[in-house]
Amino acid sequence: MTQQEFIARYETQWKEFERVINVLTVARRQRRTSGADLCEFPRSYRQLCQQLALARDRDYAAYIIDRLNNLVLRGHQYLYESRAGIWFNILQGVVYRFPRQVRHDIRLFWLAALLMFGPAVGVSVVILKQPDVVYAVLQPVMVDQFEEMYAPNRQRFGVEADNASDGKFLMFGYYIRNNIGVGFRTFAGGLLVGIGAAALLIFNGVFFGAVATHLMVQGSGSAFWSFVIGHGAFELTAIVLAGMAGLKLGFSLISPGRMTRYRALSEAARDSMQIVYGMVAMLVLAAFVEAFWSSSTSVSFTTKYVVGACLWAVVALYFLLLGRDRGH
Amino acid sequence: MLETAYVIETPEGVRLELSPAGLVVRCLAWGIDLLIRMAVYVVVAMGLSLTGNMGDGLFLLVLFLLEWFYPVIFEVYREGQTPGKRAMAIKVLQDNGIPVGWTTSLIRNLLRTVDFLPVMYGFGIVSMLLSRDFRRLGDLAAGTLVVYVEPTRQSIHLPRVQPHPPPVVLPLPEQRAVLNFAERAPRLSEARAEELANLIQPLTQSEGRSSITRLYQIANWLQGRR
Repeated sequence: MTQQEFIARYETQWKEFERVINVLTVARRQRRTSGADLCEFPRSYRQLCQQLALARDRDYAAYIIDRLNNLVLRGHQYLYESRAGIWFNILQGVVYRFPRQVRHDIRLFWLAALLMFGPAVGVSVVILKQPDVVYAVLQPVMVDQFEEMYAPNRQRFGVEADNASDGKFLMFGYYIRNNIGVGFRTFAGGLLVGIGAAALLIFNGVFFGAVATHLMVQGSGSAFWSFVIGHGAFELTAIVLAGMAGLKLGFSLISPGRMTRYRALSEAARDSMQIVYGMVAMLVLAAFVEAFWSSSTSVSFTTKYVVGACLWAVVALYFLLLGRDRGH
Repeated sequence: MLETAYVIETPEGVRLELSPAGLVVRCLAWGIDLLIRMAVYVVVAMGLSLTGNMGDGLFLLVLFLLEWFYPVIFEVYREGQTPGKRAMAIKVLQDNGIPVGWTTSLIRNLLRTVDFLPVMYGFGIVSMLLSRDFRRLGDLAAGTLVVYVEPTRQSIHLPRVQPHPPPVVLPLPEQRAVLNFAERAPRLSEARAEELANLIQPLTQSEGRSSITRLYQIANWLQGRR
């Protein structure tokens, strides 16, 4: 068969396939189904693939091969694109994938926790013995700011000074941007063979430990801890999770197991995204609690401690119990 | 010869070809996106500066979304093309040719943080130059590729002459070479065009000006004109 005969024989098929694929892609975007066209699609796609392979093999003209290549590419994309509904995916993630993934990599979780709280405790011990060390870790301006934020006579603890509700919303926006940004950067830092993630965890741990210890030394301890304990269940855990996800990326490069580094990294990235999704959700919750609850002075310290403890219990139970089937 | 085509073998056993987009095109697309983001930033800032604390909170949220999710939304809902990429006619695909989903797009965009180090996408640029398919670190981790959107090439503009078949069946790369020559020869100097045409004298069986004309005739024939 010459090239001309090839074109003459199959031209109508190609035009028909182009019409069908246009209809199908539009229908999919509008979430309709189109029965008749859909039934014919697999067979005509397979025939088109055969024709492309034939054209390549026989060295037909470039413009025919390019045209067939484009049609096959569109058919290929339509056939293999996965389109699970987003709400179902979210529900699956919350109930099943996130807790399971965290349990699966629980050792990385404890490593990340150690990298964060180890230095925090270390710096605390040092500052308790030698209070001036806090100025080696934080700038004096910041130390003063923190002292002021938790001073006993304040109307609201934390960053925002007055009690207006739109001020709380400002803080909500601030916490979302700041904390989730830190979480994303910690995760991304893991790509540098885990070093970026570890460094950010250590840095955050030292910072947190220094501030906490200094305020306790100053006497604002209850104000500070009752502030933190409410949203800390979500926020501290989330930062550890971000570090865990980053370390997962790093370790996939260091010890890829039986796969190539490229494959190991791709799979680790996919799996650790489940952790990142959960981290984002937890940080949004933390921002809510931090902006609208933690900083209020109308609630007693005791109440805050109790609520905080309950939230920690909720988080622990979530990771221990959810998504299990037959002892996973 | 430098061949940058990216070949996918589909489950049906047929080869698909894509052409990865290089460094300069991607930089330009990023630049356009940056200008758009800055314009949105300025507009939103001006609008919300009038509304006090609530507006400031909203502004911070908008900033957050712009920083991290601007590329993701477009890549997921606009067939892998942010406005900058659409302007440069390139798009993001997974390395098996399928459009990107949420997780893939998030991986490649969250890891921009690392690509940006040490300064102005340093690591990203190095990665693109070293990788075979111009992938930055985010692309490598997410398994994606930035390719040119194939325009449906109708016909390239050839000098119109009477078509004449080549004396032998030409394989595809040589067909492309003849077509490319016919497309560009009118823009070359006469001497240069003759010099090139004389290189394949066995095909054209002539020299000089008539060799060029014979190549035009073969190109027209390869195009499908009879």
